[in-house]
This record gives sequence, C-alpha cells and structure tokens, in this order.
Amino acid sequence: MTDELIRFSNVGHAYTPARWVFRGYSGTVARGRVLAILGPNGCGKTTLLRLLLGLGRATEGTIERFGRVAFVPQLFQVGFDYSVLDMVLMGRAGRIGLLAQPGRADEAAARDALARFGLEDLARRPFHELSGGQRQLVILARALVAGADLLILDEPASALDLGNQVLILDWIRRLARQEGLGVVFTTHHPHHALAVADRVLPMQDGADNHDAPASEILTEARLRALYGVPLKRVAFEHEGQRHETFALVIPHSNAPDDTTGAPSPDVSPP
Amino acid sequence: MIRTHPLILPLLAALCVLMVLFSLGVGTYPVSLATQMRITAALLLPAPLAPDPTWTEAEWTAVVILRLPRVLLVTLAGAGLGLAGASLQGMLRNPLVGPDIVGISAGSAFGGMLAILLDFSSTGLLLSAFAGGAGALFLAWSLARLGRGGGVLPVILAGIIVAAFFTALNGLLQYVADPDSKLPAMVYWLIGSFAGSSLEDLRLAAPPLLIAGTGLVLLRWRLNLLSLGDLDAAALGVRVGGLRWLIVALVATLVASQVAVSGIVGWVGLVVPHCARMLVGADHRRLLPASALVGGVFLLAMDNLARTLTVQELPIGVLTAVVGTPVFAFLFWRSQARGWVLD
Repeated sequence: MTDELIRFSNVGHAYTPARWVFRGYSGTVARGRVLAILGPNGCGKTTLLRLLLGLGRATEGTIERFGRVAFVPQLFQVGFDYSVLDMVLMGRAGRIGLLAQPGRADEAAARDALARFGLEDLARRPFHELSGGQRQLVILARALVAGADLLILDEPASALDLGNQVLILDWIRRLARQEGLGVVFTTHHPHHALAVADRVLPMQDGADNHDAPASEILTEARLRALYGVPLKRVAFEHEGQRHETFALVIPHSNAPDDTTGAPSPDVSPP
Repeated sequence: MIRTHPLILPLLAALCVLMVLFSLGVGTYPVSLATQMRITAALLLPAPLAPDPTWTEAEWTAVVILRLPRVLLVTLAGAGLGLAGASLQGMLRNPLVGPDIVGISAGSAFGGMLAILLDFSSTGLLLSAFAGGAGALFLAWSLARLGRGGGVLPVILAGIIVAAFFTALNGLLQYVADPDSKLPAMVYWLIGSFAGSSLEDLRLAAPPLLIAGTGLVLLRWRLNLLSLGDLDAAALGVRVGGLRWLIVALVATLVASQVAVSGIVGWVGLVVPHCARMLVGADHRRLLPASALVGGVFLLAMDNLARTLTVQELPIGVLTAVVGTPVFAFLFWRSQARGWVLD
C-alpha cells in the first residue's frame, strides 16, 4: 500500500487552445508531508490548485487522487452572518443528501473539529467577527470535518498579520506531522516554505517542472531565477535552536541619504 | 454571539394562522368574529364536531366563497415571494437582490400581458407568465455567462438588462392593445391586485406554489453552501451549476405563479427576507421557513389594507411599493454602514 495521496504528472492547462497558462508540472504528496508551490503572480498557482482539487479538467497530463481532498481558500469574507458552527458544519456537505439537513451527528463532528483547534467556545460567534487567524483555523476545522486526508490551501498565510502567520504555519506542520495529513499550499513567501514544507514545486517557465526536496529548490540561485530579484538565505540561533529564513534585498534601502541618492522628482533643472 | 430564540419560528407560524383567520373577517360585508369563527370551525372540523349552521347564506358566501380563496392565495403568494427572495439573495450572495431586480417579474408580466392581449384562458395566462419568467431568467443567465470568470455581478447586471428589455416590450404591448377593452385589463393586472381572486385562481396557482416552495425549503441548507461562492462550494462537493439551475427553476415557478394570478407585487421578495434575517439570523435553514411565514403575514396585512383603506379597493402592488421602497432604502443605508461584500 502506498502512502501517496496525490500524484500529478505533466499537467498543463490552457483556457483557450494553444495559449498555455502553464505546462508540464509534476509532483506527489504523501501522508504526513507538505508540498509548497512557489511562483510569481500570474504563473497559474490557483489554476493548478483547482485542477488538483478536481474542479476542471487539465488540458494535458494526469492527476490521480488516493484520498479525500479538502480545500482551504484564501482568507475570505462571507456575505451573510453565519455562526462559526454553521461554517464548520458546511464541511459535511459531501456526506449529506441533496434535500437533507445536517443532523446531531454532523453537529457533534463539527464541535469536535472546533475543539481540536481550541475554538469550541467560539461556536456561536459570527464568523465575520473573528480575527483572520481564527477564521483560517475555522476553515481548517471545516476541512477536518469533511474527513480530508489531503488539505489544499491557497495562500493560507498571505492576508494575516505576523502572529497569525506563525499560528497557521505551525498548524500546517502539526496537521501533517501529528495527524498524518498531506498538505499542499501556495505561497508568496519562500521563508514560509522553508519553515514547513518537505518538498517544493517552483512554477517557472522553462525550468525543471518537477517538485523536489525543499533543500534543492530553496537556494539563493533558484529563487533568484524564479522571482528575478536577489534573496539571502540567513541562518540564526533562537533559544538554542538553529533556524533559517530568507531575507529580501531592497536595492536602495542602504543609500546614504535622500538628497544624495536618487534625484527628487519635484526639482527640475533651471 | 448569534442567538435566536427557538420559539421564533413556531410563533411566526402561529401569527400567520391568526392573520389568516383575522383576514377572513376583513371586508365591507360585516361578519361578526363569533360567526366567522363558527364558519371556520365548520370548514376545519369533521362533520360530527362542526357547529350548527346559525349563520346566514350571505355570511357564508362572504367568508367562504369570496374571502377564503383570496386569503389563502394571498398567504401562498406572500410566502412564495418571501421564499423566492431569500433563495435568490442566498444563491447570488447578495442581500440586495430580489425577483424584481433579476428580470423574472418583468418577464412574467410580459407573458401575462401577452396572454391578456391574445385572450388566453386563465391556465393559458399562468403558463404564459411562467414561460415569460423562465425565458427572462434564461436570457439573463445566458447573458451573464458571457461575463468572463463567472461570479455574481454579471448575473445581476444581466438581470437588469433583461428586466429593462421586457419592460420595453411591456410598453409596446400596452401601446398596441385596444384602449377600450384590453388596455385597462392589462394595466390593472400589471399593477398587481388580488381583487376578484376566485377558487379557480387558487386551484391554478396553489399546486405550483406549494411544490416549488417545498422544494426550496428542502434545499435550504444547500443555500448556505452556495452562498460561500462557486469555488468553495464546489470544493465542498456541491454540484454548483446543477443546483443553481434547480433553484432558478423553483424561484421562477414561484414568481410566475404569483404574477399569473395577481400581477406584479413588487418589493415583497426584496424586503421580507431582510425582516426574517433580523428575526432568525442568516442561516438559511431557519431563514427560508421564516421568510415564507413573514411573507405570508406581510402580504395578508397589505391585502387587508388594500381592501379597507378606501371605498374602492387599492391595487396591492402600489401598497407594497409604497411600504417596500422606504424599508429598502433603510436597509440599503444600513448595509452600507455595515459593508456588505457585493463581490
């Protein structure tokens, strides 16, 4: 028996014939493993996620799923004031018939899922009143209540403040390591991938399009090629443990002074 | 905290029943409350338990023959409009839409006016109104699909375009109609009124109203899922396209059935779901039954006013618009203050 939850090979997509959004991407995710998808805006990250979820057919290539997949969308607003419990309950959609309503067992499962994230006290609160991090955890609880083996997350930490970024990344790691879920997530932040991902798929035209161990992709050279700007990989110690992260290099951030640096646009020569 | 009292729905149901009984006593011919209750008991109870017929023939006629079909029809139409509005608002993820805005009412009106112009039977008028409403929705939907990337805004814009188109056609029909015989009938029907509602109207409209209404009530939890947005709902395992078509067909059936027997009664489908939402919250599992009950009570109240405010009966469509527009303006102001997500 394989531990694989999803395997995709040579996946390509074009909305209109011969105008490819991307081509030739391959990768796998196993139980307990985390795959990060990196790439600049417009490279088709969200489109690839849709295909992995089975919402739409890939124009070419194959996608095999070996478990139940759940989606955690980018942080979103709901137009109606649903309670937190109502939101989690919606994860049961796949188990409830078209004309049926969720029953006591579904509600108990939703409360259990909230309790796993320590959110049971928020069950009757309006979802939209929660902080961004709490909302994201509620959507993670919704994915668990669906009985997912594989979580697919679209930029789970992008819209969050720093504290909540740490919270969500920590949960991604725990869900994979402790609960044995597979995780795929897209991100704009290489240091998020460095913190939690086992494997990384860089979405870059003309490069090798297979996912690879994080240590192979998350190098200064590969990331410079991917984003077109220099990044520095920085190692440091915190409370006796070694950590690594990526630092941005902002070109003019060390210019000595405004008056001697770039000419001010307000001053025109006589 | 979201807390809604568990007794609100039963209380609304009781209020609706009381309103039906009360409305049976409203009208120009005087029937005492006691007599009216005895007649109602005679209608509801099996023969051995029924009270002795102490009422006059005229009282029986006023309550049972004239008022009962009308009161039941108003209740069903109000409930149907409430359900249609709540379902559309949930499906389109926009609390500011109603059957009038997405073109269904104008399409149904076109079908109905065409039927009057061509001397259709009342069944023909119902079918024609339904065809008009469904056709308008189909046009709006096809137009919306041209909008790239899908979403809700193209549906609303397409609805506005289609509504404007059918309103123009309705003007054309009125222009070509015979001003002595056809035009008054068409205009009076278009304004919306339950005057002259007969048992035949009830027989015609009740089955589609009950069937489509029941269908929407059964689908109420699915509306929660649809209101999340297409991608999220689909990822949760909802077949978004098919479900949306089903809801659209049920909503069109409700609106067309109502329009066929009573013309355009605007604003009910827009305002009633908001009032229901204030009472039971946003969860469609409670919102849909509440919208049906509030819709029934509201339209009965409006119809009672229409019957009694003036010697000559007022068209109910005028009353609902006069009451509905300020309420809607208030809701719009409130929604702006709260920042609804309009996509």
